[in-house]
This record gives sequence, C-alpha cells and structure tokens, in this order.
Amino acid sequence: MLTIKSLSPRQLFWCRVIVFVLALLPFLRLVYAVYQDALGANPLEFITRNTGDWALYFLCISLAITPLRKILEWHWLIRLRRMLGLYAFFYASLHFLTFLWFDHFFDLSDMWLDVVKRPFITVGFVAFVLLLPLALTSNQWMIRQLGGKQWQLLHRLVYLIAPLGVLHYFWMKAGKNLLLQPLLFAVLVGGLLGVRLYWRLQSRMKR
Amino acid sequence: QKLAAAANSNYLILDKKTSYKDATTYNNFYEFGTDKADPAENADSLKTRPWTVTIEGEVKKSVTLDLDSLLKLAPLEERVYRLRCVEGWSMVIPWIGYSLSNLLKKVEPTGNARYVEFISLADKRQMPGVNSRVLQWPYTEGLRMDEAMHPLSLLALGMYGEVLPKQNGAPVRLVLPWKYGFKSAKSIVKIRLTKDQPRTSWNLSAPEEYGFYSNVNPEVDHPRWSQASERRIGEDGFLSRKRKTLMFNGYSEVASLYTGMDLRKFY
Repeated sequence: MLTIKSLSPRQLFWCRVIVFVLALLPFLRLVYAVYQDALGANPLEFITRNTGDWALYFLCISLAITPLRKILEWHWLIRLRRMLGLYAFFYASLHFLTFLWFDHFFDLSDMWLDVVKRPFITVGFVAFVLLLPLALTSNQWMIRQLGGKQWQLLHRLVYLIAPLGVLHYFWMKAGKNLLLQPLLFAVLVGGLLGVRLYWRLQSRMKR
Repeated sequence: QKLAAAANSNYLILDKKTSYKDATTYNNFYEFGTDKADPAENADSLKTRPWTVTIEGEVKKSVTLDLDSLLKLAPLEERVYRLRCVEGWSMVIPWIGYSLSNLLKKVEPTGNARYVEFISLADKRQMPGVNSRVLQWPYTEGLRMDEAMHPLSLLALGMYGEVLPKQNGAPVRLVLPWKYGFKSAKSIVKIRLTKDQPRTSWNLSAPEEYGFYSNVNPEVDHPRWSQASERRIGEDGFLSRKRKTLMFNGYSEVASLYTGMDLRKFY
C-alpha cells in the first residue's frame, strides 16, 4: 500500500512546487483571459468576483490543513500551510486592488467613504487589513522575533478573518436572494472552525 | 430575423452604441438563470410564436392581441436609448417599437385606471430559472398611469434592426430609459390597468433596495453601492474612470412627472 504519511525531503520539495504552480493557475488564467479579452462584457466585475472567490477558497484550504493533519496524520501538510495562507493574501490583495483601482481610481478619500458607508465593504476591508500582519509575519525571521507563542496567538486572527470574509460575501449577495454560494462557504468555514472547538473541548474534558 | 423601422430622430443620441454581442450575452433575465451569461445560453427554449398579450382591468375594451397585431398597431420606430442597470453598468441600445401610449389608448382606460401592471411569462417548461425561488413568479412590474403614457415609454419588439433576441425579452417588452433596467419587464403576456399601486417582483423581494419608482438617480444610493457613477459596457474598461450617472439617466423631460415628490422617499 502506498504510504504518504511521511514524505522524503525530495518528495516534499516537488509537492511544494506542484502546489505553488496549481495555486498560481487561477491568476495566470485571469491574466491570459484579460490578454485575450475573454472576460465577457464586464471584465472588471469578473475580475472582482474571481479574485474574491479565490481569496475565500485559499482561506478555507489553509484552515483545512490542521484538521486534515489530525485526521489523516499527514504531518508534512503543515509545510504547505504558509504558502497557502500567502496565496489567500495574494488573491485578497488583487481583490482589494481591483476595488481601489477600478472602482475608485486610487482616490483614497473616495474609497474611504465607500468603506465607512457600506457594511459589506467595511467588513471586507477589515478582513483584508487583518490579513496584513499575518502576511508580514509569515517568515522564519518574524517567528523568531515574536516567539512561537506570540506568533501563534497573532495568527489565530484567521479565525476572525475567515468568518468576516464569508460575511462580506453574504452581504454582497443578500439583496438578491442568491445565497447558495455564501451559504456553502459559511458551512465550510463553520465546519473548519467548529471541529477545532470540538477538539479543544474534548481535550479539556479529558484533563 | 430582420425588422424594418424608421429612425425616430427625437431619440438619436451621440453615445456610441453597445456592441450587439455585449448586448445579447450580458443579460439579467432571471427566468433563464441568475448568471449574466445564462439567458444567452438557455433562452433558446422560449417559444415566441404564437404569442398573445392580454390587456385588461380598468379598461372599456379589454383585448387579447397576437404578435402580428402588435407589430401592426402603430408604425415601428427605431430609438437609441441609454440603459442604466441598478447594478452600476450601462449600455446604449437601438430599440425598435412604439410608445406604449399607442396601445393603452386603444383599450380606453376608465377613470379608475391609475396604475399599469406588467406581467411576464412564467412557464417552467420554457424557462428553467422559474424553478428557482430567487423571485416571486411571474415577474411583475408596474408604472403610474402618467409614466406609462409618457412618450418615452417604449413597447419594444426589436433591437439592432431585428426582432428581439430571446435573451433580451422576446417577443415584446418594455423599455423605460429613465428607470433602472429591471423596471422594463420582458416577455410580457399581460398588461393590467389598476386602481391601486401594483406589487412588483423586486420590491417584494427586497423593498429597501428596490423601490416602486426606481428612477435613475445619482443622489440616492443603493444600500450596497453608490449610484453616482456607472461603467459603460464595452467602453469604460481598465484605463477609464467610471462615468457620472445623470439624473433620470439624462432624460430630463420626465422630471415634470415627479414635481413635488421627495425622490429619496419615493426611490
């Protein structure tokens, strides 16, 4: 039987290369489609939605690493988590940049009015701002500077960021009764956070 | 299928026309799905002949007209109108049709007729989107009588020199260029003149977002986005800013319909 509970350094290297390329594909596809003028009648709407979707997908994938490690005992998965988290940040940044550039043409005061006036944008903006410290501390040097405990505490912010991201999506769709996709994200994020809570309560009971 | 019409020079505008491709592949027509590409993919199943429109309610002569009678009811005109969607994008489309007032006069409204209700087809066999519960079916829209009688209100049977493509609301629809696009009901089967203000689909679904009037108004924001600017499909791309939205979408001749009304309250 094939065992993938542990990978050799070489296997792990290739695994990371593959994940890196796969995670970049949505971006490459977008660039290619822009170049080919294949994004339909409203390309900017397409880019906004697409980058937002992928930011949420990568948030969910990053959050799935720990439960998967626990269940499958593939402990090497942890070596992919930083990259996946940074990809979530990458797509969220593209999403934010699209908003700042094409909706507001880098007019910061204009953008700020939008952020404070509209709850769904406020929530999305807060989620993005909270992602910044996580992205900035995603390297060995910062982990050493902060110390493992502090670093871990800081990175638990993702437990707040993911629900905020889902809420942002939910609110964006709310007026149109098209709630299937945001509901799926809500169930997914709810499950990923719920299973953590469950394990924590369980370990507390054992003590 | 070609449809001949004489250009009405009162409604020629300088804006560049939206490409036929964009106008027929980027549509909101939830009877065929909620994605903008869905109507172009799914609307083939719509049968537009035979087709009848019944006009009833507060009228002296209620009638049911078939498509050929509608085509012959008044001379067909080509009018180029701006179209502003409530979602913040716009197009410029050469429609073919005639003022709705031609049809309404024919049925002789009674003194009680204060509103007009428009009801679209809702047939699950022809319209896959009707199985979903995103909106209350059939799609229903409404106007005040004076709005409906305004010469700008167009009963459209074609666009771009052809009969209406199915995804654009074939075979007969409304076009109300000073209101957000969803007010212009598509694939109409019934027109009812009423005493009381009719309930309308989007208003029932989200009353705080979509009012009965829904006039294009840059000063009244949608709760989730600003209506001050818009993106012209096919033109306002990566390097241009969004353009400013005009009051009544630039059709200031309708302003007198709303004198004395607080347009923030009656949005």
